[in-house]
Amino acid sequence: METFIQLTVNGLANGAILALAALGFVLIYKATGVLNFAQGEFLLIAAFVIWFFLVEIGLPWVVGVAVAVAVGVALGVVIERLILRPMVGEPVISVIMVTIGLAAVLAALVQIIWGTRPRAFPDFIPSDTIDLLGATVGVNRLWAIGIVAIALLAFTLFYTRSRDGVAMRAVADDQQAALAQGISVRRTFAFAWALAGVSAVFGGALVANLIGVSAGISSFGLLVFPVVILGGLDSVPGAVVGGAIIGLLTSYTGGYVGGGLETVIPYLALLAILMVKPYGLFGQVRIERV
Amino acid sequence: MGVATGIYHTSYRADVALRHTRAEWVRLALVIVAVVAAPFVVAPYWLTVLNQIGIAVIGAIGLNILIGFTGQISLGQGGFLAVGAYTAGLLTAKSGVPFPLDLVAAVLVTAGVGALFGLPALRLKGLYLAIATLASQQIILWVVTHWDAVTGGRDSLVVPPATLFGLQLSGDETFYWVILFFAAVAALCATNLFRTGLGRAFVAIRDQDIAAEVIGVDLFRYKVLAFAISSGFAGLAGALSAHYYMIVTWERFTLDVSILYLAMIIVGGLGSVSGAIYGAAFMIAVPAWIEELSRNLSSLAFLQPDMPAIQQLIFGLTIILFLVFEPRGLSRIWERVKDYFRLWPFRY
Repeated sequence: METFIQLTVNGLANGAILALAALGFVLIYKATGVLNFAQGEFLLIAAFVIWFFLVEIGLPWVVGVAVAVAVGVALGVVIERLILRPMVGEPVISVIMVTIGLAAVLAALVQIIWGTRPRAFPDFIPSDTIDLLGATVGVNRLWAIGIVAIALLAFTLFYTRSRDGVAMRAVADDQQAALAQGISVRRTFAFAWALAGVSAVFGGALVANLIGVSAGISSFGLLVFPVVILGGLDSVPGAVVGGAIIGLLTSYTGGYVGGGLETVIPYLALLAILMVKPYGLFGQVRIERV
Repeated sequence: MGVATGIYHTSYRADVALRHTRAEWVRLALVIVAVVAAPFVVAPYWLTVLNQIGIAVIGAIGLNILIGFTGQISLGQGGFLAVGAYTAGLLTAKSGVPFPLDLVAAVLVTAGVGALFGLPALRLKGLYLAIATLASQQIILWVVTHWDAVTGGRDSLVVPPATLFGLQLSGDETFYWVILFFAAVAALCATNLFRTGLGRAFVAIRDQDIAAEVIGVDLFRYKVLAFAISSGFAGLAGALSAHYYMIVTWERFTLDVSILYLAMIIVGGLGSVSGAIYGAAFMIAVPAWIEELSRNLSSLAFLQPDMPAIQQLIFGLTIILFLVFEPRGLSRIWERVKDYFRLWPFRY
């Protein structure tokens, strides 16, 4: 029973981090219909930028994070303008490949600028552990759960209450109808990518705090695919539920079965669920007409 | 010289012929002369590059059949290459199956595995299918690295040299002819595939799968067949790589390899057999050329420590620039060049 609680808490905490990273995907997908394969590299570059301003230059916390957010916004807008706008109306495979190319470029730039040596990230979340229902759990994991809850609330409010959020949903639903309502599709796209840059800054900081500042961060982007697809690409609650399912499944498999099966179980679960529900658990079912 | 006003056919046979004009036959002859002369004139380093290109051509043609012609996205080509390589390698190393037979087995086994992992394509489309095939890539690689009793897990598998009619097939020069033969057969098969009903059903599915079903294309059958055929090519490429390198390791079949193959068909041109060949040549030759350049030019020596990152940067930029400026790839550029000379001195 103790093992079970321990595994459950660990699984949920890992799931929370996955969900946070998945929200970045969902944000972009909901507004622009692009699945950003470079999300992991976004996290990577954001982590290095924060590390650079805080440790290398030694700016105070608030200024450093503000500058990093500015860099994130600039990166998002520039990438949208130069690379993704020409891809409007191109087949899915082209859009996938352009973000894969982008991922290679970003990872290479990070390596050329900062090298391959891993760096320690300044502790902004205490890393000690506490007892919870008889299970030992790192405080940083609980922080991750808390941050995901806040981010989720903010996303939901943004999409249902704010002008820009509603505009984004309108653009995602039908670009021509949105244009007819006076919504600038271009501005909305740029805004979505800027937001993705901002979310990468916070996600990158959180992930870097857990595993350090190194190229390993980018592999996080790959881990998140089962989560987003499982929950449904365009669903914010889906990202959270998907994160929890994958987190728990990985944790239980690692604890009870072992043998390295936990690294592949997310993909098996993904295939199984997609065979039953082709648009994920909460994804919008698209009805096709010829 | 009625060329400039168009090419006219008076029979169906002439219309479906692979080559129509004398210029096309001359170009084919030049290509044959070039590939036959290549091993006698190029440096040993470039001969290994040519061999790698030949293997990549087979895999890229297979992937283009699936993505470019049938419209089913796959991020799993690396996994299917692994199945082919391990099947051929294990049959040779452990059961002593003679050389051409293990290639046949590798093609059949990989086609079967491909059909199995193609099953999700019946319900999934676009991004969801892309991620499902990503899952199959990860699952295949996991099985390869964890099935210790058969594949040897993370250790590499040593493959004894292949022999054909008592002749040992090893070394770059001998193997060049083997690879060339299979690459030519693969290209010919793929080209002919799209002159048959099967190939046209694939294209119909790509253009609009629901409409294809309405006109009588059985989606279940043809989508699974597309995955099987495409994986069969990958199996052949993997099996050849097992014999060529005489060693099989899982590191040669990671997701990066799947992405490299995707890049080949994007750069070469989706939905074109010759495009797959140009793309494979481009994506293998350019990094090899950069590497040689940086080794030989002392003025570029300061770049040496950053070489992997620079290669990666160029890889990414190549993909992005092609997609932004010429989404139809090298085969379209080549067509434009041909048109320019055909119509010269007029613009159009």
